[in-house]
Amino acid sequence: MIYFDNVSKVYSSDSVALDSVTFAVEPKEFLSLVGHSGAGKSTLIKLLLAEEKPSSGNIYFESIDVHELSRKEIPYVRRKIGTVFQDFKLLPHKTAYENVSFALEAAGRDDAEIAADVPHVLELVGLADRADHFPHELSGGQQQRVAIARAIVSKPDVIVADEPTGNLDPLNTWEIVRLLGKINELGTTVILATHDKEIIDTIGKRVITFKNGRVVSDDKKGKYRL
Amino acid sequence: MIFIHIKRIVLGSFVSFWRHGVVSFTTIMVMVLAIFMVGSLILFQVLLTSTLDQVEQKVDVIAYFKLDAPEDDILQIRELLLRTSEVNSVEYISRDRALEIFKDRNSDNALIASALDELGDNPLGASLRIQAHSPGDYQSVDRFLREGGFSSIDKVNYRDNELVYERLALVLSVARQTGLGIVVVLGVIAFLVVFNTIRLAIYTAKDEIGIMRLVGAANWYVRAPFLVEGAMHGVFASVFATLMFWPLTLWLGPKAKSFFGGPDLFIYYTQHFGSFFVTLLLVGVIIGVFSSFVATRKYLKV
Repeated sequence: MIYFDNVSKVYSSDSVALDSVTFAVEPKEFLSLVGHSGAGKSTLIKLLLAEEKPSSGNIYFESIDVHELSRKEIPYVRRKIGTVFQDFKLLPHKTAYENVSFALEAAGRDDAEIAADVPHVLELVGLADRADHFPHELSGGQQQRVAIARAIVSKPDVIVADEPTGNLDPLNTWEIVRLLGKINELGTTVILATHDKEIIDTIGKRVITFKNGRVVSDDKKGKYRL
Repeated sequence: MIFIHIKRIVLGSFVSFWRHGVVSFTTIMVMVLAIFMVGSLILFQVLLTSTLDQVEQKVDVIAYFKLDAPEDDILQIRELLLRTSEVNSVEYISRDRALEIFKDRNSDNALIASALDELGDNPLGASLRIQAHSPGDYQSVDRFLREGGFSSIDKVNYRDNELVYERLALVLSVARQTGLGIVVVLGVIAFLVVFNTIRLAIYTAKDEIGIMRLVGAANWYVRAPFLVEGAMHGVFASVFATLMFWPLTLWLGPKAKSFFGGPDLFIYYTQHFGSFFVTLLLVGVIIGVFSSFVATRKYLKV
C-alpha cells in the first residue's frame, strides 16, 4: 500500500534526516514509527504527504510515486491520507463542525453527505456536543479528537498521526490511542509516529525504530527499544 | 459541482470576513485612506486641467485687417485658419462690432466719445481672434498668416507677446507633467500601502493556508475565498471613501472654485457620482483581488 524505496533526505552534509530508508506498509496494518526527536519520523511523514521532496529514492502510495505528481494532483493523494499532528493544526476561525466538514467540502462532497457524515464522526470521537465550539474553546484532548474526526471523515485508506499525544495529558493520551486502535479495527491503516515508550509497549503491534535517520529495527510485534 | 464550490467559497468568504473582524476592519480602513487618496488625485486632476484650460483660453492671437479689407477675404482667411490643425476657434469681429466693443469699453470716457464723433467715420478695422489648441501653436499660426500672402492683413499681434506665449507654453507643459507625476507617485504609494496591508493580513493566515493544503484542498479552493475577501475589502473601502467626498467637496468646492476659478468640486462630484464611484470601486476591487492573489501564492507551495 505504501512503499518507501531507498529514501534519503539530506538538508546539508551535517544534517541527514533520512538515510536509505526502505520499508512497506500493508493495508489495515497498525505501524508505529519510533525514535528520539530528530530521528527522522516527521521527515518521513512530510515526504509521504509530498510536503517535501526526498533527496533520493521513491515513495509509492498505492503504486503511485507521490513525487511524480504535479501540484494539482497532490490534493487527490492527500484526501486518501488522513493526518493528525502534535499541534492539532485546526483552522482557528472555524468551529469543530466546520473544521471536519472542510475536508469534505474541499473534496467536493455534496451537502447532504456532509450533513450526514460530520455529526456521525463527531459523535464517534465523543464531541457531538462541542460541534459549534471554536478550537480555542476546546481542551487539547478535544482539539486532537476534532483533528482525528477531520482525518477519518473522508474515509481515507490510511491515517498518519505524527506525535498526536505529544501535547496531551495521560488521560487524553490513552483516549487518542484508543481511538486510533478503533479506527484500525474498522479497517483503516494507521501509521503512528511517537517516542512514547508506554504507548508502544501497550499497542503491541509492528514497530519500526529509527536512529539518526536509519531504520535500526522492524519488528512485527515490537517493543520500545531505544 | 461548480455551483456548489462557488456557493461554499462565497459563503465561506463572508463568514471568514466577519470572523476575522479586526483584520478585516483594519484592512478596510487602510484601503479607505488609499482609495480616498486616489479619489483626491482624480479631483486634483479635474481642478488642475480646468485651471490650465482656462489659462489657455485667455490667450489668443488677433489678426487686424486694413480698413478697406473686403469681408469676403477675411471670411476666406477664417475658413483657411479653421482648416489648419493648430487652430481651435476663430472669431470674426467686423468693423462695426469692433466699434461697438470699443464704445462699450470706453463708455465712461467722454473725451474718447467726442473724439469718435468728430472723426465721423469708423476708424477701426475688422479682426480675427484666433485661439489655438495650445500656446505652442501660436507661432505656426503667426507664420501661416505672415507667409500666406494675405495682403488685407494689417498686423498680427503675436510678435508683441511672443515671449509670453513661449513662457506660458512652458509653464503649462511643466504644470501638466508635474500634476501627472504627483498623481502617478501618490497612486503608486497608495497601491503599495494596500498591497502590503493585505499581504500582512494574509501572512496571519499562512498557517491556515498550509493546513487547508494538507487536508487535501486544491490550490484554487484555498485561494478563492481570499480573493473574494480582497474584493469585499475593496467594495467596502470604496463605498466609505466615496461617501467621505460628500462633506469634503461640499465644504471645499466653493473655496476651491473661488481660488482656482475652476469648477465647483461638489457639483462635479454630484454630477459625476456614478463614474467617480465606479472608478474607485474598480480601483479597490482590482487592488484587493490582485494583492490577495500575489500574497497567497507564497503560502500555497505546501
